[in-house]
Amino acid sequence: MDVAIIGIGLHRFGRSPDLSGMQQGASAVRAALADAGLNWKDMQFAYGGSQDAGNADALVNELGLTGLQFTNIWNGCATGGSSLHAAYSAIKSGEYDVGVVVGFDKHPRGAFNAKPSDWGIDEWYGETGMMLTTQFFALKTQRYMHDHGITEESLIRVSEKAFKNGSLTPTAWRQQALSYDEIANSAMISDPLRKYMFCSPAEGGAALIICNADKAHLYSSNPLYLKTAAVRTRHYGSFEVFAPSQAMTVADASTVTASKAAFEQAGIGPEDIDVMQLQDTDSGTEIIHMAENGFCEHGEQEKLLREGATGINGSMPINTDGGCLANGEPVGASGLRQVYEICVQLRGEGGARQVPNNPKVGYTHVYGAPGLSGVNIITK
Amino acid sequence: MSNQLPVHEGLFTWPSAKPQLLGSRCVNCAEAAFPAQPDCRNCGSRETKIVELGDQGTLWSWTIQTFMPKAPYLSDETPETFQPYGVGYVEMPGGVRVESRLLPNKPEDLQIGMPMQLDIVPFRTDDNGDQIMTFSFSAVKEA
Repeated sequence: MDVAIIGIGLHRFGRSPDLSGMQQGASAVRAALADAGLNWKDMQFAYGGSQDAGNADALVNELGLTGLQFTNIWNGCATGGSSLHAAYSAIKSGEYDVGVVVGFDKHPRGAFNAKPSDWGIDEWYGETGMMLTTQFFALKTQRYMHDHGITEESLIRVSEKAFKNGSLTPTAWRQQALSYDEIANSAMISDPLRKYMFCSPAEGGAALIICNADKAHLYSSNPLYLKTAAVRTRHYGSFEVFAPSQAMTVADASTVTASKAAFEQAGIGPEDIDVMQLQDTDSGTEIIHMAENGFCEHGEQEKLLREGATGINGSMPINTDGGCLANGEPVGASGLRQVYEICVQLRGEGGARQVPNNPKVGYTHVYGAPGLSGVNIITK
Repeated sequence: MSNQLPVHEGLFTWPSAKPQLLGSRCVNCAEAAFPAQPDCRNCGSRETKIVELGDQGTLWSWTIQTFMPKAPYLSDETPETFQPYGVGYVEMPGGVRVESRLLPNKPEDLQIGMPMQLDIVPFRTDDNGDQIMTFSFSAVKEA
């Protein structure tokens, strides 16, 4: 049984001071339903999640009490990936024909402040100032640069590309392109990562209508296909966030195993991907994820970035809508925003940011605490 | 008379003239963990024992925390008095990389591979006037 995506909806990321997070989720669902030409009462099931904006199943208060199965998903920053995987499985099993996946959030300003007890860690870890995702990404990037000869130039180029793409994306939060020098001279936040190399917690919503592919033609003249959805957690030795210690031998990150599983299930390889979304919590992480997802060798990123390979007209366009860097990260919605953008690109509706030559295969990768990754492969 | 209390029991030997970081080692597979834990994340065994991980190590990665973290960070500082602090992973002879605050807080004073020394340092004062002590690493001083 194949799985189709027949509707996509976004509530613009950034700040929506007059709307709750849940209202932004409802807005995304309405947009996705309109895109699919369906009504809420047609939905047989829903999966959804949010970190700070309430229980997803309370969305029925906004959208209608239709009695559908509605399951809340919470998996850190990979919540969107896990929600989509659950919906994928619900269709694959044959139990349902059509349903919705939704993510939304509304975070306070400033860095996330996770509670150690939520992650099975004692309070001292947070009290003494080590429970920060920004630190982890900096520590991982610092070591990666040391091991693989990546320089600050590459970190800057990732941000430069992100904000350029954001400036071409009407729904992006950050629409101002930034120059190489503006990024290079921005304040150092957590060495080696500077202000314009980090994404910010934000607000927004994203939703997808998922359908049994055999019935997709009933609803849509241009369905896309979700070839696979894979979610994997960390191994012993993976260097992941919120880790008071690590094993001496570094094992593959959860991203590596999720990516390999997805390619294997889809029966294709990295060379077949025309456009991709890789989690870019910060510019260092996008660089690392290029290799962890199999799109290049470790260390090769420096050359690829200098050549512009990851730009919209490059050989491996990454985060065409500006990614997390230009859109911010409403945790519950972020992974689904990635899928939304890939669908826009595969439909050829990217406007000024459209990848040329009719892209046919897209890839999304989301990463979340405390070390889990979700990968989706989407085709025309 | 104020006391010096560890921020959490079992992280390091305290009080001690020559404090050691404490962790656990799996009786079955010999992998070490910090902080000590009753079960092994590598092999799943429930047989682990408390071991000393040492008081010197090698810096594996580092960063500098430049802004004052929000709660659950709990120090005596205000945004005005906050001082940036280093954070890094230190490879311990006990066979595990431990995340720690670092005393050096300038990039020019930190380098991957540099030898580091454990310090038990005052972190804050609690409501009873007791000093809360935590672990930190600094550069090994040249002899």
